Amino acid sequence: MKRAGWLVLAAALAGLPWVAGEYYINLASQIFIAAIFAASLNLLVGYGGLPSLGHASWLGLAAYISAWMSLKLGLGHWATAPVALLGTTLIACAFGWISLRATGLGFLMLTLALSQVLWGTAYRWVSVTDGDNGLRGLTRPAPFGINLDDAGSFYYFALTITAVAIWLMAVFVASPFGAALRGTRDQARRMSALGHDVWLIRWITFVYSGFWGAVSGLLFVYYNKYIHPASLSITASAEGLLAVIAGGSATLAGPIVGAAIVMILKNYVSAYIERWNMLLGFVFVIIVIFVPEGVVPGLQRLAGQAKKAWRSPR
Amino acid sequence: MQYWIIQTLNSLALGGLLFLLAAGFSLIFGLMRIANLTHGSLYMLGAYVGISILKYVPNLWLAAIIGGAIIAVLGGLVERLILRPLSGNALGQVLVTLGISFIIADLCLMVWGGDPIPIPTPRALQQPVFVGGVAFPTYRLVVLAIAVVTALALYLLMDRTRIGAMIRAGVDDMQMARAVGIPVSRLFTAVFCLGAALAGAGGIIGGPIMSAYPGLDADMLPLALIVVMLGGVGSLLGAFVGSFLIGAVYTFGTALLPDLAYVILFLPMIVVIAFRPRGLFGRQSV
Repeated sequence: MKRAGWLVLAAALAGLPWVAGEYYINLASQIFIAAIFAASLNLLVGYGGLPSLGHASWLGLAAYISAWMSLKLGLGHWATAPVALLGTTLIACAFGWISLRATGLGFLMLTLALSQVLWGTAYRWVSVTDGDNGLRGLTRPAPFGINLDDAGSFYYFALTITAVAIWLMAVFVASPFGAALRGTRDQARRMSALGHDVWLIRWITFVYSGFWGAVSGLLFVYYNKYIHPASLSITASAEGLLAVIAGGSATLAGPIVGAAIVMILKNYVSAYIERWNMLLGFVFVIIVIFVPEGVVPGLQRLAGQAKKAWRSPR
Repeated sequence: MQYWIIQTLNSLALGGLLFLLAAGFSLIFGLMRIANLTHGSLYMLGAYVGISILKYVPNLWLAAIIGGAIIAVLGGLVERLILRPLSGNALGQVLVTLGISFIIADLCLMVWGGDPIPIPTPRALQQPVFVGGVAFPTYRLVVLAIAVVTALALYLLMDRTRIGAMIRAGVDDMQMARAVGIPVSRLFTAVFCLGAALAGAGGIIGGPIMSAYPGLDADMLPLALIVVMLGGVGSLLGAFVGSFLIGAVYTFGTALLPDLAYVILFLPMIVVIAFRPRGLFGRQSV
């Protein structure tokens, strides 16, 4: 039953470009990017109990490094991609070391402050980042000689990376390390008493999460062929956090569903009204007050109740 | 010489404005364990509301008082109607304040438009003061004086009055404070209103220096966060010292190394957090 579900999902995702128009293919690619971003944030927020409001740092940093290297140094994608991933992960090591001096709200404020530093730097360090103009004139890579410039081939590229990313994150969560991580979330003191290095577990998770954030950043800059300081802003971090919370934190499917909801809302609503920020704000308030558990756990609960009602004899 | 004096005064004026913002943020966080991310937005909203008030009341100080009161009422409503039902859910409260800050930012954009709006300096304070042949911009001196007076008033409120003692008790040990009969719930609202009023009035008083523009909230909030993390959560002295430190680092950083001002801004906080996670004067770890 479960395997059949996966097969249907895989077939639907693989077949989408055959049936859908270009607009929807591109929307799906954007959802994939947002899904990696939200799923990586979920490692911290959901499984680690560490609410980060600076996750856009990783997306933006990887995108900026990659864009800067190819524009200003004239390097090809084979060089920019690994350096962008490595550089971003190293910065994540440093930011994690600082942010994890605190937990809870202190952690949240530190991640927010640190990401605002990157945002401000992207705006002001004009000689490197071109400031408010952003870096433009970028290209998409051509892995194995496959041109990714049309919507369909980029869709498959993004789908492949997303599948690998989600799978590796699922492996991380399901591993003994993932169990220890959840332990530090629920009972940090007991984990410490049991001999686990709570700080180290959190730091490794922070870095791992930053790495996948960087992966989403690379996809982001390949898709848009453009990067602007707005991608480092608190709004960008908040969108990721909203995707996690709306979909349901500490579930695998939650952030993916949440990312889809946020991206669809953003794409559709922006077409009709300019006030995306206000809507984002309202969605935040409404989700937190009315659906604090998230959509996926909420649906699971309803499905469980329906199943029970179906099975129990009247 | 003149240049450095101006820069020093700029840094002191910015420090003063930061104190108005950070003191409230710090008290709210210290007492209620709410990271109030609307604080930057309340500052910006204060500036914009001040602009509208100035159309009818052509006096900056009166406008600051009225604007501060309006922002205080708004803050109180947010606290009572939205944050209170979520008490105990720290993450939920942060997310709601974040959502509200987006709404406020977009509302300001809708109502007051996207162009920066300057707030004129009061005419009496436009002429610089000359001391020993060096010109000092008067308004910045006045802003500094206001911040120092506010700091003194807050210090007396916190240290010499019954209400201050109750707030301090709440910051140190909320459950014990409740147990001995301190009306912590009412204190929460009062402190939230006070913090909002300071932020709103700060936005108006800062208007002649910074003017009002979209993104002012995103510029000010991280500064307040850094001040609070640096000085120590819930500590008035920490907010005071941190504000002037960050004001100086920011002003001189922008003057000397404009490209990397934001990175420099952040160094003092890294050093302090690395060696003393509770901040310079904080009593509790965050």
